[in-house]
Amino acid sequence: MLKDWINKGRLKSPWVVHFDCGSCNGCDIEVLACLTPIYDVERFGILNIGDPKHADVLLVTGTVNHRNKHVLKNIYDQMPEPKAVIAMGACGLTGGVFREAYNVVGGVDKVLPVDVYVRGCPPKPEAIIDGVVLALEKVKAKLEAAG
Amino acid sequence: MGKLLLATLAVFLAPIVGGLIAGIDRKITARLQSRFGPPILQPFYDVFKLLGKAPMMMNPWQILTVWVYLLSSMLTVFLFFMGSDLLLIFFVMTIGAVFFVMGALSTQSPYAQVGAQRELITMLTYEPLIILVFVSIAMVTGSFKVSEVFAYGKPLLYQLPLMFIVLGYALTIKLRKSPFDISACHHAHQELVRGVLTEYSGPQLAIIEIAHWYDVVFILGLVGLFWATSAPGMIILLVVTYFAELVIDNVTARMTWKWMLQSVWCWGLALSVLNLLWLYAG
Repeated sequence: MLKDWINKGRLKSPWVVHFDCGSCNGCDIEVLACLTPIYDVERFGILNIGDPKHADVLLVTGTVNHRNKHVLKNIYDQMPEPKAVIAMGACGLTGGVFREAYNVVGGVDKVLPVDVYVRGCPPKPEAIIDGVVLALEKVKAKLEAAG
Repeated sequence: MGKLLLATLAVFLAPIVGGLIAGIDRKITARLQSRFGPPILQPFYDVFKLLGKAPMMMNPWQILTVWVYLLSSMLTVFLFFMGSDLLLIFFVMTIGAVFFVMGALSTQSPYAQVGAQRELITMLTYEPLIILVFVSIAMVTGSFKVSEVFAYGKPLLYQLPLMFIVLGYALTIKLRKSPFDISACHHAHQELVRGVLTEYSGPQLAIIEIAHWYDVVFILGLVGLFWATSAPGMIILLVVTYFAELVIDNVTARMTWKWMLQSVWCWGLALSVLNLLWLYAG
């Protein structure tokens, strides 16, 4: 029974830590828009947490480059299991217009296993909420597969 | 025997009540900010999720401190409902708070260190005030025992209105509400990264949350002492006090620890002395 409650909690309270790999701030503003009264993601138990040790979902915006990929990996490693990664915006997905620059690694998935990709430059807040819901569905499928 | 049963029941029910209060707290806060807010059961979802996360501690010391904090909070609630001595309850509560800070100090994270220092300062701020509240209760009822307070015929609020405000200061600090949420604010992401709570994660964080619910129940119990003669009066007093805390939390900004120490001590001590003088003269 305790396991059922824990699984329910996992679906109902995704705490998000938001990491900006040097984005233009467009995606980040849209993330913050999700917290405002119009979208109010706290309805779904989603909280924007500053501490990777408390977080369940890592939301990455911006291009990953050779300098900040270590920081990104470090933040990911500090999050306790189970965890999910969402890559956001054109830059987070592939490197965007900067993908051919000499210092750019490319998308977040070159460094971390990404669960959900949210497209757009920048994505709308609705798309971001959709992304978190999709990540939760993946978590749910994983939990059901594990029994 | 009846007392023992009541106290045991209280220890089992306190986390449920505390969690519900936390849920209602988040809902009302959201409504005050014209948001819809999470479901009332949200704190329970959070805690169960945290219990299911992989443990990730810095050192074994953290596990010990977390459990001592939980046990001391449980013991506080147990002793309170046993009708025990207020001073004993106070010492047990302090042991829990000290261990909580020691767990944060045992790590090397600068965020946890700064948070722990600030938590120590908040303890320094509210503890003398709580002692003064207990002393004034003892001056009125002639005893430090909770059972004697319940046996006292009149509501304490008539004789200790200023001490009630002083307890309100302590309550705001203990609940980590603005303007006194300097050590582990819910919203201070950028500055402190949750302060004392930075290095606690997963199951340890869940235990801290449960211990905090016990603390909330205990402090609301202290507030209830001020209208111990009738149940409706006590409930109205608790609801009004907690709602006032929420409004204060939402209309004030976080202040610095120096401001907290100065203003709370000045006002708290002044109000306490006035009330005690009034009792002494009257």
